[in-house]
Amino acid sequence: MAEMTSTRNTGQLVGRTIVYGLLVLVCFYYLMPLFVMVTTSLKSLDEIRAGNLLSLPQDPNLDAWGKAWSSACTGVQCEGLAGFFWNSVSFVVPAVLMSTLIGAVNGYVLTMWRFRGSDLLFGLLMIGCFIPFQVVLLPMARTLGAMGIANSTTGLVFVHVVYGLAFTTLFFRNYYVTIPDELVKAAKIDGAGFWLIFRRIILPLSAPIIVVSIIWQFTQVWNDFLFGVVFSSGDRQPITVALNNLVNTSTGVKEYNVDMAAAIIAALPTLFVYVVAGKYFVRGLTAGAVKG
Amino acid sequence: MGALSIRDVRKSYQGTEILKGINLEIEKGEFLILVGPSGCGKSTLLSMIAGLDTVSSGEIRIGDRVVNNLSPKDRDIAMVFQSYALYPSMTVRENISFGLEIRKVGKAEQQKIVERVAQTLQIGHLLDRKPSQLSGGQRQRVAMGRAIARDPSLFLFDEPLSNLDAKLRVEMRVEIKQLHQRMGTTIVYVTHDQIEAMTLGDKIAVMKAGEVQQFGTPQQIYDNPANLFVAGFMGSPSMNFIPARVEPMGGGHGVRLESGANSYVFPAVSANGKLKAWEGKEVVFGIRPEQITHKVESSLGAEYIQTASMPISLTEPTGPDTLVLVPVNGREVTCRVHPAHARAPGEKMDLMFDLSKAVFFDPASELRIA
Ligand SMILES: Nc1ncnc2c1ncn2[C@@H]1O[C@H](COP(=O)(O)OP(=O)(O)OP(=O)(O)O)[C@@H](O)[C@H]1O
Ligand SMILES: [Mg+2]
Repeated sequence: MAEMTSTRNTGQLVGRTIVYGLLVLVCFYYLMPLFVMVTTSLKSLDEIRAGNLLSLPQDPNLDAWGKAWSSACTGVQCEGLAGFFWNSVSFVVPAVLMSTLIGAVNGYVLTMWRFRGSDLLFGLLMIGCFIPFQVVLLPMARTLGAMGIANSTTGLVFVHVVYGLAFTTLFFRNYYVTIPDELVKAAKIDGAGFWLIFRRIILPLSAPIIVVSIIWQFTQVWNDFLFGVVFSSGDRQPITVALNNLVNTSTGVKEYNVDMAAAIIAALPTLFVYVVAGKYFVRGLTAGAVKG
Repeated sequence: MGALSIRDVRKSYQGTEILKGINLEIEKGEFLILVGPSGCGKSTLLSMIAGLDTVSSGEIRIGDRVVNNLSPKDRDIAMVFQSYALYPSMTVRENISFGLEIRKVGKAEQQKIVERVAQTLQIGHLLDRKPSQLSGGQRQRVAMGRAIARDPSLFLFDEPLSNLDAKLRVEMRVEIKQLHQRMGTTIVYVTHDQIEAMTLGDKIAVMKAGEVQQFGTPQQIYDNPANLFVAGFMGSPSMNFIPARVEPMGGGHGVRLESGANSYVFPAVSANGKLKAWEGKEVVFGIRPEQITHKVESSLGAEYIQTASMPISLTEPTGPDTLVLVPVNGREVTCRVHPAHARAPGEKMDLMFDLSKAVFFDPASELRIA
């Protein structure tokens, strides 16, 4: 008996060791590039040229960060990423909020106020999730032109809202089908109408899925390069495009430290969103029925 | 003019008819029960009374208004759902006052109503909790409170007790009945529990497959079922149905019963001669378990009291009575006897049949003959 327990314990121990070993390995694999990026961004160019990729900076300083932010060249102008960072913020925030809100309303209609053909409509919307960016470029360019919002922040917001709707609608619809429709019936009998029910009954239950939608959309829209490069130009371009220009601007030496700092700056907001709301993301994705 | 009248209401979903011409009418203050097996259309009918669904044809009146084209909020109704449907993000207080707020009742007035409702249902100490912090019975009370608060002319209940455990169900049943007596409200109540139906209802509509099988008072339905389905559905344990041949007997008719080696002809005293056309043919003889008991000497003598000695195949003690099963015409027949008189399986027992309330059905159409 005692022997059996001890063999089981040994077996468990070996299993644990393997699992943790693998996890450490995977962590290492994913964190290594980040480590290299951060250390490189803190080194001087001389040290980078002389030293080893993995070594720690001897004299850590933020010179490269300062340059990336305010004076690095992105093509002809040399004003750093700052302007482009705020460009991104200025269209990402409205695009994320609008696509989330409209997705919520769509999901609400598709579950609580079904109409003839609503399932078909949902099916068609879902196709939107599988359409690659490239396919919509030309028609979208024409549409933006026709609407008179080509090459504007409004236009970029519009593109991202339209493209994101398929996803946000899917999120909200799948979340709302778990809400019993007796809730809506009760509210109707209480005298509430479409918007009142949405505002007072449905939205207060939606926090987990709103977080999911915001994280998803924020990551998608912030990291987008293709729509940004096609539908904006000059000093209205998003940070992703600017980063590309910065890295590819070949004036003399390649400043790896500045490139690294710029890349981290471009990635920081999404990292931030994950750190702040990541646990809600997982919780929201697995959220079950809302029991009254 | 009734408080609620339903005239020839029909409903189809994608070509299949779910309700096939419903006619019901109740007076102000009456408690109407819609009862029937699962899927017979009770909830569908209720949601059409509520206005959550539209009728395909027919007319629904509440008070003196035709409400067919009114939205739920204009029908002056309140509804209690099976799942209670309390708003999860609101406190009990907010749940109760939500409907008042929408109807622009003043804040002070709302407060007063909430206090009064809480008093009536003894939920005062729960007012600041969220529904998720309540037990099933408490949720049930809050759901009723939400309905009472608006003081509508018609209450609709859709199986409000079916999510509660057996003991709580009985308690809440009594409370609902008391509430009805105290407030004198008109209620339509859906259930598939025939005991709830019998105990609560002033009127019962027994439904099956989208049709009202019988509409009447609980006693009418229990004593005078219109057909085999109603007779079998109401009552627990349910009525015994014994296939039996009609034979001439004295001036009238009787039914032949065989049990073990014995054969009897029992007079169909309750048939009033309506079995004449069935002479020599088989009918379904219906008799409730409580009409077959142990022999009580003082009752003997009347023509409608018959005795027989039958072999027992099984006994089921329930406490106050013991159910005794005996074979008659190839069926197991349930008799309800006093535990002190019950005999063991395998033995024979003297049983007394009270035929005054026996009923007879056409085996083919299942309609009542007599
Ligand atoms: N929206 C709908 N579309 C199609 N068929 C429906 C719809 N709603 C109900 N039905 C059908 O109508 C019939 C009656 O349903 P209903 O919910 O009224 O039954 P019920 O008597 O309330 O049963 P239960 O006791 O199980 O609640 C069922 O056969 C159901 O499948
Ligand atoms: Mg139902």
